[in-house]
Amino acid sequence: MSIPLLEVKDLHVDFKVFEGKSKVLNGVDFYVKPGERVGLIGEMGCGKTTLMKSILKILPMPPAIIPKGEILFKGKDVLKMNKSQLLYLREKEISMIFQDPTAALNPVFTVGNQLYDVIKYAKSDKNRKIKKEDIKNFQIKALKKVYLPDPERLTRNYPFQLSGGMRQRICIAMTLASRNELILGDEPGTSLDVTIKDQIFRLINELVEKEGNAIILVSHALGSLKSITNRIYVMYAGSMVEIAPTEELFNKPLHPYSKGLISAVPRLTGKGIGEGIGGNIPDYINPPIGCRFHPRCKNAMDICKERKPPWFKINSDHKVACFLYQ
Amino acid sequence: MINNERENKKRRKFENVRRMWYYFLLNPLNVVGLFTVFLIVFIAIFAPLIAPYPESAKVGVNFSEASLAPSWKHLCGTDVIGRDILSRIIFGFRSSLFLGIIILSISLPIGVTVGLIAGYYRDTWVDTLLMRTTDIFMGLPPLIMAMAVCSVLTPGIISATFAISLAWWTIYCRLTYSVTSSLKNEFFILSAEVIGASKLNILLRQILPNLLGSLLTKITLDMGVIIILGSSLSFIGLGAQPPTPDLGNMVSDAAKYLPDQWWMFAFPALAIVIIVLGFNLLGDGFRDILGSSERI
Amino acid sequence: MIKLQKEILTVKNLKKYFFTKQGTVKAIDGINFSMNIGDTLGLVGESGSGKSTVAYTIMAIYSPTEGEILYKGENYLNKEKRKQSFKFKKELQIVFQDPGSSLNPSHTIQEILELPIKVHKIAKNKEERLKKVKELLEMVQLPQGYLYKYPSMIGTGEKQMISIARALAVNPSFIALDEPTSALDVSIQAKIIRMLMDFQKDFNLSYLFITHDLSLMRNVANRVAIMYLGKICEIAIIEEFFKNPLHPYTKMLLSSIPVLNEEEESLKPEKIISKGEIPSPVNTPTGCGFHTRCPKKMDICNQKDPKMVEVGKGHFVRCHLFSQFQSKNIKNTDKKVMIIN
Repeated sequence: MSIPLLEVKDLHVDFKVFEGKSKVLNGVDFYVKPGERVGLIGEMGCGKTTLMKSILKILPMPPAIIPKGEILFKGKDVLKMNKSQLLYLREKEISMIFQDPTAALNPVFTVGNQLYDVIKYAKSDKNRKIKKEDIKNFQIKALKKVYLPDPERLTRNYPFQLSGGMRQRICIAMTLASRNELILGDEPGTSLDVTIKDQIFRLINELVEKEGNAIILVSHALGSLKSITNRIYVMYAGSMVEIAPTEELFNKPLHPYSKGLISAVPRLTGKGIGEGIGGNIPDYINPPIGCRFHPRCKNAMDICKERKPPWFKINSDHKVACFLYQ
Repeated sequence: MINNERENKKRRKFENVRRMWYYFLLNPLNVVGLFTVFLIVFIAIFAPLIAPYPESAKVGVNFSEASLAPSWKHLCGTDVIGRDILSRIIFGFRSSLFLGIIILSISLPIGVTVGLIAGYYRDTWVDTLLMRTTDIFMGLPPLIMAMAVCSVLTPGIISATFAISLAWWTIYCRLTYSVTSSLKNEFFILSAEVIGASKLNILLRQILPNLLGSLLTKITLDMGVIIILGSSLSFIGLGAQPPTPDLGNMVSDAAKYLPDQWWMFAFPALAIVIIVLGFNLLGDGFRDILGSSERI
Repeated sequence: MIKLQKEILTVKNLKKYFFTKQGTVKAIDGINFSMNIGDTLGLVGESGSGKSTVAYTIMAIYSPTEGEILYKGENYLNKEKRKQSFKFKKELQIVFQDPGSSLNPSHTIQEILELPIKVHKIAKNKEERLKKVKELLEMVQLPQGYLYKYPSMIGTGEKQMISIARALAVNPSFIALDEPTSALDVSIQAKIIRMLMDFQKDFNLSYLFITHDLSLMRNVANRVAIMYLGKICEIAIIEEFFKNPLHPYTKMLLSSIPVLNEEEESLKPEKIISKGEIPSPVNTPTGCGFHTRCPKKMDICNQKDPKMVEVGKGHFVRCHLFSQFQSKNIKNTDKKVMIIN
């Protein structure tokens, strides 16, 4: 197996709050190969945004504490990087598309201004200062890449003058303006209408294929990930519970949580909606011992209440963290 | 069964208080503010018992002890007619706090009521009428108004409070107005309307509790300003009249004795600084609690 | 005059315009539909379609610019009869889209659930009120300890369950559900939808179910109406709708649904790739509002607005492609009654 671009090893993240310590991430194992498209499915409160923020190290450091774990990007541990290394990482190597394009764009600056900043930091470094006209050219090129009409006029517009779909496209343009090797997409289609969401996802797919970046797409809506990703992780309550190629996950989910999740998706066939999964996400301050899913699991065994299940290999690409598959 | 419920309720309320205290403690300056304010209030209430020379608060004249520098006998020295400055400061706290409380008791109910109604009926004639009236009152500079009012009525603390309140209520009105008009469109208010709750219920039971946090913060931060305002009035002779000790009066009287008898000016001025700082820090603390928890 | 009405809601030529400085926003621009008792009418549309405005107008949050809405035959939006309209507040309830702001953050769950009981005097005294509140909590399968919690302490799904419990507190007959599960995860969505379906059976409720998720609609509604820029494009019973979608916008919506497996993919109609932006409702395009994005656009489409025609039993479309069908007033044979323009 080639060296992974990003590898997260046994990451633990805690938050210090009034009631005690909220142990959000509980040993996350995760990797992305160069040029690969990985999906991350997890419901609200499972810790996926915390994970994304840790990769870029933009977590508020108190109250967040990282007691254990490594985040290796191209072999170097992000958690041990100094300020200038981190800056380089964020400018040139990893970028993020946020969930809400309205909140991601500064309302008092024009689109052109914001693109200008991004391009300036992405393309220049200490040795080579970039010229203003070059930046302008890059701006127009970036906007054209995302099929935005009339890029010249657009650079003079403010975000509030544009629709949600256009704003999200601008965020994508900003992300792709720098030759980043890894893109983190945090639910990029959530706040958009369904026909626009379809367009945006197809755009992301096309661009990523052309440019060859690796991308991690996070979502709680399963269907959107199907056409874009090669491989999907399923996350629950702070750790990964299943990892499989996309087709295989949707056709043959193995972990009880994945099964429950996939059966809960309403089907176009009209055959009804599954039962959902009883219970609630665990209290991170006093999480269940052993497998964090056992209080809600129909197949829970005694061993599940004692130890956190390790990875069990089903075939070369499909792994489950569940004692049922020992 | 019912007793169990009551116990539960008490326990929950206690939990809430503990949570707020935790977030309050995160910044030590908040505690400094709280402590200072408590101290000031305590001193103001028990002034006659704490002050070393309570007669200094009245028309005592004691020329044998006039203009003495700070010493162990008179910790802040004495003024030109022999009154102990420390005791006068302690009684002065009383006037300042009294001023603040009276002004708030008048401006707060008026301001909040007008703001609630105007905010709820935003973009109707009610809003226009009430807010334009507010704008008029807001344009009155408090100090000038105070001078005008005090020249008509007899100068004194009562007139000063009345004068300041005339303009002060507009501040709470504005705050209430902006919070109310933004809350009005929230779904929980719409729900209450759809359910059929009366307008009075909506204003008082649904909207008002959400205001209390910001109001409390604003009031605390305002205390400092009110006290300075009161002191400024006294400084120009329109506030508390002699012999009632008032920090502003003391500063104004002492100004002409600078720099030789510096203690007559310095200690009252320092007292003003301490009060204002204390309330400001406490107000910041309230803002911290408000920010961290989403309810009062 | 006793009329055995199976019809619970009738909307006749409803229009709602908002007059703003930027122009007139034609949120609802002439819609007609009706619902029978026990129906679930799915209302589907994207931003600017007016679907939420329809719900708000039915709930009397907005008053119609034109047209009327009848509840069980009565015009309850009549402003003169103030007392009468209070009675209707018990019959019609709504659950909003955003669970986070649907509950007053400074009230406990108990106070939130008690409000409708107090306003409509459903319980006689404090003990009965508490009993009713506890019953409501049990109905939505939440523990009794939640009574003393504040909304910020409970999860989003649970907040929505409280909103539903609050709506049920007054024993309504009609509930408008404005995207009740859009903000929720699939697993919680499944739980809530099941609960809603059970309540519908137990209490004989009628739902106006608003959503943009057609897969969800497929399993929930028995009739569907698609809205675009304030007008209804197509309306049909659910099986007919998915078997034979006609309007190009409907086909575009169906093509955009993300599905999980091949079986579902094959159920999708002729693929119409979504393109173009949704026009702003302030500047609606002339003629048919959809012509700016329609792949089947003809010359007539930007000149004249098409009329609603019936193309099959209970299946109505508003598109020039089907102008050969005559528009007429229909009295349907089986229980459904529709009035069309």
